Amino acid sequence: MDSLLSILIWLPILGSGSVLLIGNNRSQLARWVSVGISVLVFILSINLFLDFDTSTASMQFVEKTSWISQFNIFYHLGVDGISMPLIILTTFSTILVIVAGWEVINNRVADYMAAFLMMEGLIIGVFSSMDAMLFYVFWEASLIPMLLIIGVWGGQNRVYASIKFFLYTFLGSVFMLVSLIYMYNLSGSFAISEMYALPLTMVQQSWIFWAFFLAFAVKVPMFPVHTWLPDAHVQAPTGGSVILAAIMLKMGGYGFFRFSLPITPDASSSFATVVIILSLIAIVYIGFVALVQKDMKKLIAYSSISHMGFVTLGVFALFSIMKMGSTGELVSISGASIESAYLGLEGAMIQMISHGFISAAMFLVVGVLYDRLHSRDISTYGGVVNSMPKFTGFAVLFAMANAGLPGTSGFVGEFMVILGALQANFWFAFLASMTLIIGAAYTLWMVKRVFWGTITNPDVSTLSDINSREFGILAILAIAVLWMGLYPQPVIEVMHASIVNLLEQALTTKLPVLL
Amino acid sequence: MMNFNFNAAELIFAMPELFLLSAISLILLFDLFVSQRLKQLTYYLSQLALLITGFLAFNLIGENAIIFSGTFVLDSLGSTFKVFILGFAIIALVYTRHYLKAHDLLRNEYFVLALMSILGMMVMVSGHSLLTLYLGLEIMSLSLYALIATARDRASAIEAALKYFVLGAIASGLLLYGMSMIYGISGSLDIAQISSFASASTLGSQQTLILNFGLVFLVIGVAFKLGAVPFHMWVPDVYQGSPTSVTMFLSTVPKIAAIALLIRLLIDGLGDLQHYWADLFMILAVLSIAVGSLVALTQSNIKRMLAYSTISHIGFVLLGFVTGVVDGYGAAVFYVLAYILMSLAAFGSIIVLNRKGFEADQISDFQGLSKHSPWFALIMLVVMLSMAGVPPFIGFYSKLFILQQVIAEGYVVIAITAVIFAVISAYYYLQIIKTMYFDDVDKEIVISAQLDMKVVLSINGILILVVGLMPSFWMELSVSLF
Repeated sequence: MDSLLSILIWLPILGSGSVLLIGNNRSQLARWVSVGISVLVFILSINLFLDFDTSTASMQFVEKTSWISQFNIFYHLGVDGISMPLIILTTFSTILVIVAGWEVINNRVADYMAAFLMMEGLIIGVFSSMDAMLFYVFWEASLIPMLLIIGVWGGQNRVYASIKFFLYTFLGSVFMLVSLIYMYNLSGSFAISEMYALPLTMVQQSWIFWAFFLAFAVKVPMFPVHTWLPDAHVQAPTGGSVILAAIMLKMGGYGFFRFSLPITPDASSSFATVVIILSLIAIVYIGFVALVQKDMKKLIAYSSISHMGFVTLGVFALFSIMKMGSTGELVSISGASIESAYLGLEGAMIQMISHGFISAAMFLVVGVLYDRLHSRDISTYGGVVNSMPKFTGFAVLFAMANAGLPGTSGFVGEFMVILGALQANFWFAFLASMTLIIGAAYTLWMVKRVFWGTITNPDVSTLSDINSREFGILAILAIAVLWMGLYPQPVIEVMHASIVNLLEQALTTKLPVLL
Repeated sequence: MMNFNFNAAELIFAMPELFLLSAISLILLFDLFVSQRLKQLTYYLSQLALLITGFLAFNLIGENAIIFSGTFVLDSLGSTFKVFILGFAIIALVYTRHYLKAHDLLRNEYFVLALMSILGMMVMVSGHSLLTLYLGLEIMSLSLYALIATARDRASAIEAALKYFVLGAIASGLLLYGMSMIYGISGSLDIAQISSFASASTLGSQQTLILNFGLVFLVIGVAFKLGAVPFHMWVPDVYQGSPTSVTMFLSTVPKIAAIALLIRLLIDGLGDLQHYWADLFMILAVLSIAVGSLVALTQSNIKRMLAYSTISHIGFVLLGFVTGVVDGYGAAVFYVLAYILMSLAAFGSIIVLNRKGFEADQISDFQGLSKHSPWFALIMLVVMLSMAGVPPFIGFYSKLFILQQVIAEGYVVIAITAVIFAVISAYYYLQIIKTMYFDDVDKEIVISAQLDMKVVLSINGILILVVGLMPSFWMELSVSLF
């Protein structure tokens, strides 16, 4: 199909419109239409994987039409090994949240489903835009459905959380907008590939780097601009939390891959240490913060921040491993092979996908409990295993994955990043591997207090175990987590050519040649 | 000295104005003599007059002429502006009628006065002499003062009318003073002659001084009319006090005329002093964006909030003129058109909430709208996000165009300041969305509007999205005017 990406973007968006037309009064129909659309989109997106050419780093499934001729803006779509897995993650997660909201959401059902479909289309747009302005339009527009999801279906403090979420990310993004326009004025084009080729002085690169950094760091989120995330997660409905953690955070990580490294390679290199230190703070300090949380969703939110720290660590560690030699070949700085630089970048990608599965699963687990007792407090529970044995089995599996147990997807990404970081600097790797202890501590301690022990709250003994719908969702996620943990090779193969290309771009200086 | 001679063939170029003037006179007579039952026809006749005038103006696009001894110019800028003025006015009158009906203010002078002020705007747009420009300005302003006072039993409306009148008179006075300086030094009222005088290289320092002195007053006069900080004090009070239909009218079409005044005086006339007035505009623009964004944060009256929002939008428009390049002027015009489209929809959404005995003018009046009327809530959502500059709505592209031009001319710091305030202003637009969607208050909202109002408001809302998705045409049009 020539216009597969367009279909993937517009089918959910138009589908969202039709679900809105169905209206909240015919909620059952709205549910079935939504799940139908999301499954269809997922099946279509599998074609991206099947027809993907793993031998090339160039864009595939390309579509290009003129859009705003005044500014030389094109409707230009394409995917490479970095964006393709994220698109499939998006289509996969959307089915989950739509099914997860099946009986739970009874208020404005059609609006709820429509918001998630809209979000799906816009986020696929983010991952497949090859024109910076098209990217920005999708990037910003995706805030709107999320704002409404948190604000309309959220908890007690939803207004504060939704507006904080919107303003935080909006503020981060406008600086990116200014730097995109700045580069447009230099190159006369908003095409991302033109921006890769644009020579920039160190001063220009530094400004652009920090503008991008603000936009992406808020989204990831990195310490110290992470404070919107716990609020947003705690207040959002389960589905909103899942999409937020599984996909929206990845948009930030993707931004580093797609924009920061190739467009401002020299600035990225010189500020890499700052980013690495912030990542390590996120991994270690936020891990400790997670340890003391009383609210399960907040705990998982902080654990998300900590895990996303691995993504930025893996990306920016490469500058301590490799550099470009004078004759244009990659030279190792610390005597490590080039493989360890790949390990860092690919580990970061694997970590993003794996975190997409695990965080989705963790939020769904909390959602299952919340639907029954309407409490997120750890202290409400205790001894859940007695009344919900099947559910506890899943919950423990996902908790282990969150703690990075070998054999689960959580292990693969973190281990690759730590191996990569070890070649860069021993202390980076040492601090990063602290997470294996801290992460295990906060996750398992939560599991112990919620699932094991004796029942103290009489309500817990009356809990009914998961129904077949919940079982299905959790089972699919469990398979995904184990598959990524045991056999991540297909995903790594898909991205390898693009990662090789990206490494080269990131290490090739863009400074104008001084004569 | 000026040489007045009359050539009947020239009348063809002033057809729209002549037609509108005749139509106004006829409608006035018609309204006097028909029976009570037929009086509601006045509204339809007014709309018809606007439609035909718009058609006549549209037909003249592409014609270029300077007529009536150099006092009246017809060019693509003028004709296009007229078409937009008339088109937006038609939308505004549809909303107006619903409001007037709901509050028993439906008197036919209202429509005649509105047509009269539109005539003034058209004269302003085509003014090619200081005299014509001022004449147009006064026809427009006097009609507007009277429009505000049509709600004669409301103290707030009388206060607003008086305030607008007094401050408007001061502004006109300042403008006139500036014009007299320019006339005194250049010896001509004709814009083209003033322009050639200002661009002459032989100007002495005395002459330059007086020219600049006059220029400052012109800038102040224009800034007053546009409501740019620090000449904005009247805007919130007048917006809040006026009947909502008049507020809508004030905040939309006259802005095109004011921009035309600016273009005729400062770009066509004193374009050679661009570097001088651009500095003044930069201060006005940044202050407007800042004050408009910050003060709006604390408003609970939605009309007052939109007044401050207008001030900050005007700041963005002025930034386009700061750039001093054709594309920048085009960006400013595009911004004005986009702003008016959004502003019409915003006030339309307020007016649609009005019903017999219920005046909607508080932000809290929007509570529960998303439950009772999801469609109109969605339109207001689109308008608010568009005003905040969130893509893919038209408000984003207008900001993009301005910022691109500002950055291209090297004012990166100004652009960063502007976007930071844009984020701050997003907060109060989000407050409306919050009120409509997030507040858990079950308030009864009855939409009593007739079909025409609902259809036009829907089209207006959809246009904000559609022009946002395909902004190329409007952008090219705006730039082609210069």
